[in-house]
Amino acid sequence: MKITTLLAISLGAILTNNFIFAQFLGICPFLGVSKKSDTAIGMGLAVTFVMGIASAITYAVNLILVALGLEFMQTVAFILVIASLVQFIEMFLKKSMPSLYTALGVYLPLITTNCAVLGVALLNVQNEYNFFESVVYGVTGGLGFLLAIYLFSTVRERTEFADYPESFEGFPIALITSGLLALAFMGFSGLQVWPM
Amino acid sequence: MTIVYAVLILGVTAIIFGLILAFAAKIFEVKVDPRLPEIQSALAGANCGGCGYPGCAGCAEAILNGKAPVTACAPAGAEGAAKIAAIMGVEAGAGEKKVAHVICNGGDNCVKRYDYVGTPSCLAATKVAAGPTACQFGCLGFGECVAACQFDAIHINDHGVAEVDKEKCTNCGACREACPRRIIVEVPYKQKVFVNCANKDRGPAVTKVCANSCIACGMCERTCKKDAIHVVNNVAVIDYEKCVNCGLCAKACPKNAIEPIPTPEEKEKFKAAQKAAAERAAAAKKAAEKAAAEGAN
Repeated sequence: MKITTLLAISLGAILTNNFIFAQFLGICPFLGVSKKSDTAIGMGLAVTFVMGIASAITYAVNLILVALGLEFMQTVAFILVIASLVQFIEMFLKKSMPSLYTALGVYLPLITTNCAVLGVALLNVQNEYNFFESVVYGVTGGLGFLLAIYLFSTVRERTEFADYPESFEGFPIALITSGLLALAFMGFSGLQVWPM
Repeated sequence: MTIVYAVLILGVTAIIFGLILAFAAKIFEVKVDPRLPEIQSALAGANCGGCGYPGCAGCAEAILNGKAPVTACAPAGAEGAAKIAAIMGVEAGAGEKKVAHVICNGGDNCVKRYDYVGTPSCLAATKVAAGPTACQFGCLGFGECVAACQFDAIHINDHGVAEVDKEKCTNCGACREACPRRIIVEVPYKQKVFVNCANKDRGPAVTKVCANSCIACGMCERTCKKDAIHVVNNVAVIDYEKCVNCGLCAKACPKNAIEPIPTPEEKEKFKAAQKAAAERAAAAKKAAEKAAAEGAN
């Protein structure tokens, strides 16, 4: 395991293959929770946390599945893991960090249905990452999500005051903005980490 | 065989996670005051923010901690307050139901200084040379309050003035906040008589801008038998504590500024009755004077 590999994975997850702007995963919370930048950051951090831990646990679950020749069960088994994990985190936060719990509110259980989390678990398997690489990919993928949703929320806070045609009010203008942001992120596609 | 494995592995993982969660639920158990969800269910649940707390959950917590009174939720009304009082073990107190009321009946009676064609918003209209209405206190009629109301309880009536449907009104205060002229006030639900004018200018100036305005003549003040209406800052104000809704002031008003607006016949009848009463009083006074004079002799 080389440091360059991890760096390449991180760069890929945050910029070039950003979960939202390049792979179009996790669009639902991206559009739903991006109206204000502070809730967007909360959501991004929670997703990062869940993605990191989910990568670690699904790696172990996947080992069992592969050993028994049950690769086709990956999706359903991973969903089970993610759902339980989110439940667990919810209980943990409620006990130890009630302020963060109330700040995240309904978005916390919503992470269960965030396809970026399932995506990271499945992509870890597809890319044949080892345990450490999986965790790095999960955490940096979450950071990429955080970056995307925060950028988008700040843009959206400004489009509130922009002078666009009335028919674009709400989601249409949000979708156009996110399309333009995705286009901007395409600029990262040439980025590479040279082997040292 | 694969099926058996598949079922087994999923079942076992599910059981393991279930057990972990069950243990976690015990370990991370947070004791919530059982009264909290009860209070929250007794609130109106509209998250209108009228109580000043962030949503109904915030209000429920404030009530539980004793920071807010049990009557904090206006939309829940006296019924909700009674329920919460029962949960908290205190008396609801004088939870008299109140509603919003627009103190203006200008509308098409009000002189317009210019035709406003900008954004249909009261606030925006007040920014253009202080608003299209010649009256600086009257309803603009663009419906800022209508948009603010979550309960469909305020509408612009045929005269172009906002009017509260007091059956639907929950007194959440959203319209009072939204009105740039601040002419929506809190009144008791059972109140029937209102001075529908807020113009604080002197009589002659008011007459020029609106046909239905209070000119501060003081007729109502003199008519009232309960000392419940007074002219303050050139506009009549009713003391709702003292008012008994007899409506005499409305009949006495020469400008139809007091609701319920009487019909012309009612007015005539009232005037005649007043005159008769005055004559009778004068006669009685004369008789008394005469008697006094005779007694002195």
